[in-house]
Amino acid sequence: MITGMAVNAAVAIAEKRAQRAGSSVYAGRARVMIERAVYAAKSSNWLVIVSGFVEPVLYLMAFGYGIGQLIGNVTDGNGDPVTYAAFIAPALLATSAMNGAIYDATWNVFFKMHFGKVYQMVLSSSLGPLDVALGEIAWALLRGAAYSVGFMAIAAPLGLITSWWGVLAIPAATLIAFGFASFGMAVTSYMKSFQQMQWVSFALLPMFLFSGTFFPVSVYPEWIQAIVMALPLWQGVELIRAFTLGNISIALLGHIAYFVVMIAIGLVFTTKRLRELFMR
Amino acid sequence: MSQSKEREVVIRAKDLKKTYKDFVAVNGINFQVYRGESFGLLGPNGAGKSTTMKMISSVSQRSSGELEILGKEPNTQGPEIRAHLGVVPQKDLLDRELKVWENLMVYGRYFGLSRKWLKGKIEELLDFAQLQDKRNAKADDLSGGMQRRLAIARGLVNEPEILLLDEPTTGLDPQARHILWDRLFRLKEQGVTLVITTHYMDEAEQLCDRLIVMDKGEIMAEGSPAELIKKYSSKEVVEVRFGADRNESVAKELEGMGDRIEVLPDRILIYAEQGEPLLAKIIESGKNPITSLVRRSSLEDVFLRLTGRTLVD
Repeated sequence: MITGMAVNAAVAIAEKRAQRAGSSVYAGRARVMIERAVYAAKSSNWLVIVSGFVEPVLYLMAFGYGIGQLIGNVTDGNGDPVTYAAFIAPALLATSAMNGAIYDATWNVFFKMHFGKVYQMVLSSSLGPLDVALGEIAWALLRGAAYSVGFMAIAAPLGLITSWWGVLAIPAATLIAFGFASFGMAVTSYMKSFQQMQWVSFALLPMFLFSGTFFPVSVYPEWIQAIVMALPLWQGVELIRAFTLGNISIALLGHIAYFVVMIAIGLVFTTKRLRELFMR
Repeated sequence: MSQSKEREVVIRAKDLKKTYKDFVAVNGINFQVYRGESFGLLGPNGAGKSTTMKMISSVSQRSSGELEILGKEPNTQGPEIRAHLGVVPQKDLLDRELKVWENLMVYGRYFGLSRKWLKGKIEELLDFAQLQDKRNAKADDLSGGMQRRLAIARGLVNEPEILLLDEPTTGLDPQARHILWDRLFRLKEQGVTLVITTHYMDEAEQLCDRLIVMDKGEIMAEGSPAELIKKYSSKEVVEVRFGADRNESVAKELEGMGDRIEVLPDRILIYAEQGEPLLAKIIESGKNPITSLVRRSSLEDVFLRLTGRTLVD
């Protein structure tokens, strides 16, 4: 069993990192959490995974082409006319990214935390809480990115991406997924019961409906606009819509910064919470 | 083990204390564990064994005192220490979404070990845990004994110097327990240091070279099972039952017999060097016990002596 290596491999690996700052929270191996997720995903229900992708596509068909017939053209941010389908497609792309990221970062994380007890064992190895946070968030964002690529593959041939800037919609969607995954995992780590988790899901629905997804926020009184603009989905919708319609401006940097901050906050609190829960 | 040779200390605890808010889980304990030995933490539920284990496994930080594992400081060198340890937690904590071999592969990857190396290691571990037939089963579908063996195999994937086992046979049937004990003996023969918590006396007597008896966060006694029995108990015990309502009154009349008398709700224990003659004497004196039994003294008696309580589950 014990092969009598002078210094065994696991120890050598841990000691190599030991001198670096933060070695007690981060071992530099977040990727092994993704490997774990790949093994686990192989046996999970693919129908559930596909359904999360189909949802925004159904909205695009029903609203973009159904209701869109009644509406005709709308005007984009620059006052240029666009079809209703082209107006909502970027919003649904942002929603795809959000849905994909949220699913893994909330319900799956909640399950692994409280029932599967996965993280407790992970943290008894030489991995640290930041490895867990980064790895799980990365996996969640991959799903968000995959959903948005899938959505793009449907929306682009339909002529809904009117600008070449639209290729940047995919990295933008990945950034949005990263933000939601990071923040979602942090929020989930503080949830203690299924009821509380239901509230997370419940909060997402109005955000989806009213974040400038199906109509511009200019229809609201100013104080409601201010609230909506503070929400991450509005930030994401605006970012992607600017790319797909080619309305590039300096304001986009603000949206990007918003998500960078969201990612950072999520990572800090998830790491802190994992320590509190499993390393006390 | 030769006493002349200087024995290497692998775990050293001094005034080790752990408090959660107002609750004192471990109250300033001192002990040492030597390389290659099998060290037991014995005590009832809530004695502070698992908390001590968590501190040794370097996931839980101590509140005060000193703790040194393989010469390292767990508060600052956690990952390095954990790379040397194998952990078998109380509830197995297998990854239920994964297959048997995937559990071993993934856990090895957490340590950063290469897939190629792990492939060979996994074969070795599946043999050791007698789980070759079950390699593609979901961890969730294994029997209790198999799950525990898989948890031990997982704890060995990084070839640890110290294996920590928290209540390794709780909830297992007798046959599964014996298989497990056999596996643990083999590990010990290979030089792995074992640290075991248990509230089973027979397990401690079987597995541990040396142990500490814990109660309410403190160490009550320390030594080998034989030493402890010798020090805190007599060689044999006579157990007699007179029925719950009579035990107390009969016990008074038995005073002076044997070395010591312990009255429990359901029975009376009389400690003596030789049990049989004493039992004969009790029966001669006209006190007819409903049942009687002469047995060798065990760690259970040590615990009773030290705390005045039985080790209830």
